[in-house]
Amino acid sequence: MTIHRRLLSGVAPRTLWMLMGLLALLIVAPHFIDKYALSVLILILYFAYVGQAWNIMMGFAGELSLGHALYAGLGGYVAAGLFTHYGLGPWAGVFAAAAAAALAGAIVGYLGFRFSLAGVYFALLTIAFGEFTRIAFDHLDWFGGSAGLFLKVDVAPNPLDLRGGPFLFYYVILALAAAAFVLSRLLLESRLGRYWLAIREDAEAAQAVGVPVLRYKLMAVMTSAALTSLAGVWNAFYYNNLFPETAFGIGRSIEITLAPIIGGLGTLFGPIVGAVVLTGMGEVFTSLGDTLGIPGIKQIFYGLALLIIVMYRPAGVWPWLSEQLGIGGRPR
Amino acid sequence: MTSDFLLALAQAITKGLLTGMVYGLMALGLSVIFGVMRVVNFAHGEMMIVGMYLAWAGFEYFQISPLVSLPLIAVLFFVMGYALQRGLISPFIGRPEHQQFLLLLGVALILVNICLAVVGPDSHGIQLDSQFDSYEIGPLVLDAVRLHAAIGAIVIAGLLWLFFTRTRIGKSIRAAADNNMGALVVGLNVRRLYAVTFGVGAACVGAAGALMITIIPVTPSLAAEYTLLAFVIVIVGGLGSMTGALAGGLLIGVSEAVAGLLADPSLKSMFSFGLLILVLLLRPQGLLGKRGT
Amino acid sequence: MAVRAAWHRGTAAMTGARLELIELGKNFRGLRAVHNVSFTVPAGAIHALIGPNGAGKTTIFNMIAGVYRPNAGTVTLDGRIISGQRPDQVCAAGVGRTFQLVKPFKGLSVLENVTVGALHRHRDLDAARQSAEAILTRLRLHDRRHHLAESLTLPDRKRLEVARALATEPRLLLLDEVMAGLRPTEVDVMVAFLRDLNARTGLTILLIEHVMRAVMALAAEVVVVSYGEKIAQGTPQEISRNPAVLDVYLGEEDAA
Repeated sequence: MTIHRRLLSGVAPRTLWMLMGLLALLIVAPHFIDKYALSVLILILYFAYVGQAWNIMMGFAGELSLGHALYAGLGGYVAAGLFTHYGLGPWAGVFAAAAAAALAGAIVGYLGFRFSLAGVYFALLTIAFGEFTRIAFDHLDWFGGSAGLFLKVDVAPNPLDLRGGPFLFYYVILALAAAAFVLSRLLLESRLGRYWLAIREDAEAAQAVGVPVLRYKLMAVMTSAALTSLAGVWNAFYYNNLFPETAFGIGRSIEITLAPIIGGLGTLFGPIVGAVVLTGMGEVFTSLGDTLGIPGIKQIFYGLALLIIVMYRPAGVWPWLSEQLGIGGRPR
Repeated sequence: MTSDFLLALAQAITKGLLTGMVYGLMALGLSVIFGVMRVVNFAHGEMMIVGMYLAWAGFEYFQISPLVSLPLIAVLFFVMGYALQRGLISPFIGRPEHQQFLLLLGVALILVNICLAVVGPDSHGIQLDSQFDSYEIGPLVLDAVRLHAAIGAIVIAGLLWLFFTRTRIGKSIRAAADNNMGALVVGLNVRRLYAVTFGVGAACVGAAGALMITIIPVTPSLAAEYTLLAFVIVIVGGLGSMTGALAGGLLIGVSEAVAGLLADPSLKSMFSFGLLILVLLLRPQGLLGKRGT
Repeated sequence: MAVRAAWHRGTAAMTGARLELIELGKNFRGLRAVHNVSFTVPAGAIHALIGPNGAGKTTIFNMIAGVYRPNAGTVTLDGRIISGQRPDQVCAAGVGRTFQLVKPFKGLSVLENVTVGALHRHRDLDAARQSAEAILTRLRLHDRRHHLAESLTLPDRKRLEVARALATEPRLLLLDEVMAGLRPTEVDVMVAFLRDLNARTGLTILLIEHVMRAVMALAAEVVVVSYGEKIAQGTPQEISRNPAVLDVYLGEEDAA
């Protein structure tokens, strides 16, 4: 099946035109909006991308990971470390970053799956590995320890080193988000993706029809981890600093999962919709909190959103929304 | 090894045992909730710090010692826990685990940020009159406050044991935990039992919080740490085992204190998480748990 | 016409394999679930495995299918040992199975369910889909191929389960109580389908069944197990007159 067919089979022309239109809008947007709106859009795209990456493991293969910050953190630290110590640009460093994350994913996945940890226990395992790594990095001086790792900012703009203004980072994250979207679609329409869905639905039945479950679960974790690490690299070079506390913290892990969960687990559009809803309204609540002088309002909102979604729309916002808009039959 | 060092080590271990007792009480609450109902209470640490904040507020504004406000806090937490289970969590017991888990995560986010909004991010501690008292047993010096807290924890654990072994409702809960269908068939009101269970577990946490504030100050960031700690203790000690929760608490308390003495205090958590990983992989029923839990 | 054409597509691979169980045994923490069970199912035959509840029938299936590793004995397929392998490896060797309590991929459509099976032999998604459609046509589920598996009635779910297993192009099909819960007319339809399948392709079939109607109609030979041991083997007529077998079934009724 050619890539062209895989990408487009079963997609209504209307949906395709809407997506193309959206992409065109996003490409020209930076020239028409102000700095603040640009930064919000960047944040939305970031969460859409990293949510998409996480979704591959949870939504497709059905394994709940609450330690995904491990992969983002490793990605960021490896690339930033190579850049700071050896001057190796991020476009090259990203390979090492992805490799490190994939290895970590393989370890966590192998241990979890081989020892038949499921559900809560697997989630706890992922948390434990995240926390363990966080504390370890607090003591690794090559990576700056708990004081943090800082990237040089006072240099001339250089896209090769990801040194530049918001426009540069916007287009990079847009490209990543679009690529992740396309990749997810391609994966779904492939033997790999189908096997993942089968594993998610019923691993025992999948095995009975010839799916090597352990191997495919590992592939899901490693793919998800590698993709997540790219977000970590982007993040490190955008904010120009890294601290173990935030890079590997459970707060970040949870943050990564919110958009896909609220948007719609296992769906293609879920992470994007979730990112828009969360970030957009998050900004509203943050400014509200700032005005009122009350900290933590945004997080209370996130908590409420989580509650409402889990109680009333466990499948997420997107399946409900797509029904209203009349787009597409099943959540895809 | 000099005798000075041995003394310091013994000192650390004692301190760890005392603090560990309170950790054990906190974990006991989770053991009741998770062990009996399989509810993944990701808001456990958040509940703990609410207890700490309440006890602190009682002391700060009304000069009531936490040891006195403890019963009140425990009752309050029982009611809250009962309502939470009955109102919010009950429909989720049959649903996929990750949904339950996300529900409680939502609750956790709300709880901890309400604390943050109301009290602010700074740490708040209390200074009891007995703050600098101590007891001496031979060469060992026991911190009075810590000792009182540990005794409080033991008393409450004892009450809990009596509840589960001597009262009808306690025995009904254990029966329902063992065999849900069987409990329904003999006419036990399982929904009400579960609500009581959550209430009891919550009361433990509230009490543990009231005790803990006498030892260390509270900040919102402690919440996530305590949630994870509670899970580590319960899993390492063994699900469904009350002694396991207490023993696990002691183990963690001691390892914390010893790590503080021998190495960087921040590495103490590394030990806990490393232990969690090992237990999850090699002996998921925990050190004292029953197989097949 | 379409059904007949569908038979010829993708059936070439399905000739039967010979199954041999040799002194098979399985313990579960001290409980002897299966002990010293041996029998052979010749290539292209339909045999049945019967016995009271808890006799160990599904445990035997699970040992053939790779879910359990036997504690004693071996299972061979066309002479090749398959016992001790993982279920997906056993499937690759040519064994398809259904489950006593059907396990459809609930969130996927009927077609997608069977396509997962077909992907085992056809790496290309399009080719797999085509193979799946052919099988669905044979099982008269083609018109419902886009319905969610979750929305199917039990008899249809059973057919889906069989379709999915057939999609892996097995040479031995293990059916675990596939007739359970079906009305007599539905049983007859399934029996006719299986007989037809076996006649056209020579697929070896081993059934666990309680529905005697189906056993009598399909099986050339029957193996009876009780308390984990084989107590009789013979044609359906022979074992229905076998005193040991009657004892096991009637004895149960007496005690009840």
